[in-house]
Amino acid sequence: MELSEHIKTANVEDVTLRRPFHPALRGTLCVTSHHLLFSDRKDEASWQLLILLKNIDAIEKSVENLFGYPRAMGSSGTITIKCKDLLVLQLEIPGMEECLNIASSIEALSSLESVTEMYPFFYRPSHLTLNGPWGLSSTEQYYKQTERLWDRWRVSTVNSDYSVCPSYPSAVIVPREVDDDKLIRSARFRQGGRFPVLSYCHHRNGMVIMRSSQPLTGANKKRCKEDELLLQAVIDGSELGYIIDLRSAQQAQQARMTGGGFESKSFYSHWKRIHRHHERGKIVQESLIKLVEACSDPSHSVDRWLSKLENSKWLSHVHSALSTAGLVVECVERDGHSVLVHGSEGTDNTLLVSSLAQLILDPASRTVTGFLCLLEREWIQAGHPFQQRCAHSAYSHARLKQECPIFLLLLDCVWQVWRQFPLALEFSEALLLRLAQEVYASNYGTFLCNSEQERCAAGVKENTHCLFQSLLRPDIEEQYLNPLYEPTDLAIWPSVHPQSLQLWTGLFLRWTEYAQNMEEAREEVWSIVKEHHEQAGPDRTNNTLSTHCDTLTPFENLMDELTIL
Amino acid sequence: MEHIRMPKVENVRLVDRSSSRRIKVGTLYLTATHTIFVGKGSEDRCELWVLHSLVCNVVKHKASQSGYPLLIHCKNFQVMQFIISQESDCHNVYISLSRLSRPEKYEELYCFSFNPNVDKAEREHSWDFLDLKAEYSRMGLPNKLWHVTPINREYRVCDTYPADLFVPQSVTLPVIIGSSKFRSRGRFPTLSYYCKENHATICRSSQPLSGFSARCLEDEQMLQAIMKSNPGSRFMYVVDTRPKLNAMANRAAGKGYENEDNYCNIKFQFIGIENIHVMRNSQQKLIEVSALRSPSMGEFLMGLENSDWLRHIKSIMEAGIFISKAVAEEGVNVLVHCSDGWDRTAQVCSVASVLLDPYYRTLKGLMVLIEKDWVSFGHKFSHRCGHLDGEAKEVSPVIDQFLDCLWQLMEQFPCYFEYNEKFLINIHNHIYSCHYGNFICNSQKERKDLCIKEKTHSIWPHLWENKLDFMNPLFKPDQSQNQGLLRPRTAPYCFKYWRRLYNRFDRELHPRQSELDCLMTVKEETQQLEEDLALCEQVEHQIFNYHPHKSKQALWSLPLDTSLANTPQDYIGGFIGGAPNVFTLQQGERESAELCLFGDKPKSSDADNSDQESGVADFSSHSSGEESLPSEDSVKDPDSDETGPNRA
Repeated sequence: MELSEHIKTANVEDVTLRRPFHPALRGTLCVTSHHLLFSDRKDEASWQLLILLKNIDAIEKSVENLFGYPRAMGSSGTITIKCKDLLVLQLEIPGMEECLNIASSIEALSSLESVTEMYPFFYRPSHLTLNGPWGLSSTEQYYKQTERLWDRWRVSTVNSDYSVCPSYPSAVIVPREVDDDKLIRSARFRQGGRFPVLSYCHHRNGMVIMRSSQPLTGANKKRCKEDELLLQAVIDGSELGYIIDLRSAQQAQQARMTGGGFESKSFYSHWKRIHRHHERGKIVQESLIKLVEACSDPSHSVDRWLSKLENSKWLSHVHSALSTAGLVVECVERDGHSVLVHGSEGTDNTLLVSSLAQLILDPASRTVTGFLCLLEREWIQAGHPFQQRCAHSAYSHARLKQECPIFLLLLDCVWQVWRQFPLALEFSEALLLRLAQEVYASNYGTFLCNSEQERCAAGVKENTHCLFQSLLRPDIEEQYLNPLYEPTDLAIWPSVHPQSLQLWTGLFLRWTEYAQNMEEAREEVWSIVKEHHEQAGPDRTNNTLSTHCDTLTPFENLMDELTIL
Repeated sequence: MEHIRMPKVENVRLVDRSSSRRIKVGTLYLTATHTIFVGKGSEDRCELWVLHSLVCNVVKHKASQSGYPLLIHCKNFQVMQFIISQESDCHNVYISLSRLSRPEKYEELYCFSFNPNVDKAEREHSWDFLDLKAEYSRMGLPNKLWHVTPINREYRVCDTYPADLFVPQSVTLPVIIGSSKFRSRGRFPTLSYYCKENHATICRSSQPLSGFSARCLEDEQMLQAIMKSNPGSRFMYVVDTRPKLNAMANRAAGKGYENEDNYCNIKFQFIGIENIHVMRNSQQKLIEVSALRSPSMGEFLMGLENSDWLRHIKSIMEAGIFISKAVAEEGVNVLVHCSDGWDRTAQVCSVASVLLDPYYRTLKGLMVLIEKDWVSFGHKFSHRCGHLDGEAKEVSPVIDQFLDCLWQLMEQFPCYFEYNEKFLINIHNHIYSCHYGNFICNSQKERKDLCIKEKTHSIWPHLWENKLDFMNPLFKPDQSQNQGLLRPRTAPYCFKYWRRLYNRFDRELHPRQSELDCLMTVKEETQQLEEDLALCEQVEHQIFNYHPHKSKQALWSLPLDTSLANTPQDYIGGFIGGAPNVFTLQQGERESAELCLFGDKPKSSDADNSDQESGVADFSSHSSGEESLPSEDSVKDPDSDETGPNRA
C-alpha cells in the first residue's frame, strides 16, 4: 500500500490552530506522507507549523455536530495532537468528515512499521550528500585513536556477520589474549550472545569498564570456562574486579529459573559482585507517562503535585542511575579496579550506567564531539533497540510493548550532571533537548532500527543522513554550546542526594511559560560572555573563564551502602 | 560569664553529619558570646565559631562507645554534633549552652557587646544608611492625597506602629483615633505602598473589633477616605489573609472582619494563609526532611509534601499576586489585614510590593522594604525569632517565608532581580544572629526605649559594602524597569525546595561549580577591561590636553561608595599569619557563627579534598552560606571574614 493511499483528505481550509505561546491562527492544514503542515497563507512560501507525523504520539478527536444539522455548515471537529516531544496542540477543523479523515490519516501514517518507509529515507536536504562515511567513528577507529588500548586489547571481528551476537556491532574490543573461539563460547553463555566487551579504558590507570548481558547459568548452575577466562583476562591476574549487577540479589537469583543468572563467586573468584536494583522496561515507561501527566495539569495543589511527582518514580530512576554510575566511577577511579556492568539483556540500563560513568570519568566525553561519539559507541553501535524503545512516548494510548525511555533517562541524568557542574560540559541543555526530540522522530537515520545488523539490512547508512554528522558540520550551532565551558581533567562526581536532584524543567515543562523565562536567562548568559569576548579580544578569552572554576571533590563513598556478595 | 560552668573541654570530637567517619578532634571553648571549637593538629587545624544567639536548641544524646554526644541545632539550619568523652563535661557544656543560648535580657544579646573599631559618628551614620522618609518620597509621598500624621509620634495611639504614618489628607485625628480603637492593638489602616502611576495603594491594619455586629463609624469613614484617596476607583478591596474559619472564630472573641454591608464600596476577600503555629510546625517538618541522612527520593518528596511548606509558600505568593494585580491592573486600593497585622500582613504586603515595583528587586530596595514593612511596622522579630528565652509558641518562621517567596520568584525570573540568593541567605542569617541591632525587639518603640541606635550597629551598610558578592550577573536593569509588574506562575511545579537555605551547611549537596559566580567574574572582568580602556583613552587625552577636573573624575568613577569607604573591613590579617593567637589579632567585626582557618595552609588540609574549602569542608559548617573560606582572595566575603571575638 502506498503511503499516499492513507490520505483521504490532503487539504483543509479554515482550520484553527492553537498551541502554547502563540495566538490562535486560522489557515490551511495539509497532510503529506510524513508531515503535518499548517499555513496561514499570509506568506505563500512559509508555514507556521511543520511536524513529522512520526512525532505524533496520540491524537484525540472530538466531533461536534452543532445545531443538529448533519454534514452542514455547523459541524466541526477538534483534533488534539500530542507529540512525542510533549508538545500538545489543537486543530479545529470545519466539517466532520474532513476532521475524521485527517485524524485517520494521521493515525495510520504516524505509526508506520516499515523502517524504509520512514522519513529519513526521503529526507534529502540540499546541503547534505549521501556519499562518504556514515557516523562519527567506528570500533576500529576508536581503537586506533586510543593508544592505551593497544597493549592489552584487540579488535575482534568475530561478529562480522552478526552471527555471534545479533545486537553487537561487527567489531568489538576484547582482551588481546582471548581468541575468537573463546569469544564464541562465551557468547553462547550470555543472553543474546552479548559476551563481555570493552566499553571504556580509564586514561589515568588503565582500568576498564566492560559490559555484557547476564550469564546463562540457569537453575543447575552451569558454567563456562571460556567466559571465566575472558573475565580473568580482563583483570590480568591477581587484581580484583567488580561486577555491578543492575538487579537486586533476589532478582538475579530468580533469573536462574528462566535460564539466566549471575557470576558465582566460586567460578569467578577474582570478581566481587555488587547488586543494585534498577527498574526497567514497562515500569520506567509508566514513570514517564505518570510524570508527564502530572506536569500537564497546572491546577493541581502543591501537595498533589508532589505526591504525583513522587508516585511517578522518575526521579528515583534518575537517582539510581546516577548513584550506580557513581559507584562504577568510584571502583575505577578511586579504588583502581576494573568493572563489568550488566543487567539482564545488557541493552538498556547497562548502557545507561556505562555511558554515565564515562561522562563522569572522562573529560573527552564531555565535549560535543566526545559526547556524540559516546552516544554512537555506547548506544547506537552497542545495540540499544531504539525502534522498540521509542515507538511511543508519554501520551500514547497504544498498548505498551517494548517501549522504555531509557535514553531519555540518560539525557535527564546528563542534565543533572550539567546542573551540578555548569562549567564542565562543552554542550548545552539545548543539545540534550534536541536529542530527546530526535530519538523519537527524526529526519535522520541515526536512531532508526534496533541494531547495526538491522541498519545494515535496511540500508540506513546508504540511504539516510547521520544526525551526529549533521550536528557537527560544518560548525556546531552556537545554541548547542555551553558558553561557560571550562574543561577539567578531574572526575565530576555528582551529588545524588534527593535534595540535589531536580525535575528537568527544560524537558518536562518545555511548553510552559516557566521554561520560557529560563530561555531568557540563557540568552543573557550568552550576551555576558560575548561582551567579555569583545572586550578581551581573542587572545585573552580563554584564560579568564577559568578564574572561577572550582575544583572538584568526591564527597561520599558510595561503597558504604552496598550489598557486597 | 556566670553561666559558663566549663570554659574549656579537651578532646572533643566534631562529627561531620554527612559522613560519620570524618571526625575532627579538638578543644571546645565556651565564651560569653561564642562556642568555639578548635581542631587539633597542624594538618587540620581549624576553628568553628558559633554564636550563642544562633543556637536553637542543645540536645544530649544517649552515650555511645566513643563518648557523650551533644547535638546543637542552629537557627540558620546548621547542625553540629560533638562527642565529649566525660559525662560530667558533657553535662556542664549542655547546661551552660542551654542557658547561654537563651538570654533573658536584651542586654545579653551579642549586638550590645559587638564592638567593631568604629567611632560613634560612624556608627550613627550606619543607621542613616536607610531613610524611610526618602523611600516614601520615592513613592511620591506626601502629596495632595496622602500626608504624614503626627498622631503616633509618641506611640500613644499604637505602640507597635512606627511614629510616622501616612493617612489620607481628608482623615481627621478623631477618625484615626476612633478607627484605632476599633482595631486590634490599635493598628488602624495606614499606607504601606503607593503606586504613583495610578494612585492605587496598599494599606494595612489589624482586624476590626467587629464581633458579631459591632460597628464603628470612624473606621467606616477611614476606609471610605482611603477608597476616595484613589480618584480613579469606585471601590476598594479588603483582603483578610486568614482562612475564613479562623476569621469567623475570632468574632466570638469580639474581633473578626469587615461586614460588606457596613462599609461602602468594599469588596471583601479571604485568602487562606495559615497562622504562625501551623507555619512553625510546617517548618519543623521541613527541617526534619532536610536533615534526613541519605533518604530515598521517595522519602524526601513525601516528607516535603507532608511538611506542607510549599503549599504555604504558594498561598502567600497567591495573596501577593492578587494584591499586586488589583493595584497595577485594576488600579484599586487594597487594605490588607490578618489578626494583628504584623505577620501575614507583612508577608503579603511585601510580596505584593516586590511584584509591583522593580525597585524592591534591587539590593537597596529590598533593604528598604524589609526596614519598612517588617521592622518599622512592628513585625515581632524578638518573639518570632526567639531572640530571648520566652514563649515557644510565639516563635514562627514568618520572615523565612517571605525570603522563601523571594527565592521562588528569583527562580522564575532569573533576570529580574539585582540580588542573588546569597543576599537572602545573609539577611536570613542576620535576622537570627542578633549581631546587629536591626532585628532586635518587637517594635520601633521598644527599639527606641532600648536605645538600639545608640548601642548597636546597623546591618545594612555592612551588606552594602559587600554588594559585589550579592549581585546577580543576569540582572537586566532596563528590562526590569519596563517589566513593571511581575506575573509569576503558580502552577505547583513552580514551587521548589530551597536547598541553599535549608541545607546550607551540607556542602556536598550543592553544585560543585557555580554558573552565577563564574558569570559575575566574567562580568567584572569585562567591566575592568572597559575601565582600563577608558582610562587609557583618558590618559592619552590628558597627555595632549591636561584637564585637572577630568582626572579627578576618573578617581570618583571607581566603584566605591565613598560614604562607606571608611568602615573597617581589614580581614586579611587573621589568615596570613599562622599564629595561634588569632583571638587577639583582628579588631574587625565579629560575625555570628564563625568558622575560620588560622592555619597557614588553608588549601591543603585534607588529602581527599583538593579544593579551597577543604579545611572547612569537613565540618560542613560554613557560618556564612556558600562562600569560600577566608583565603586570600575572598576578602570581600561578608560572613567568613571576621575573626577574633572577645575572650573576655
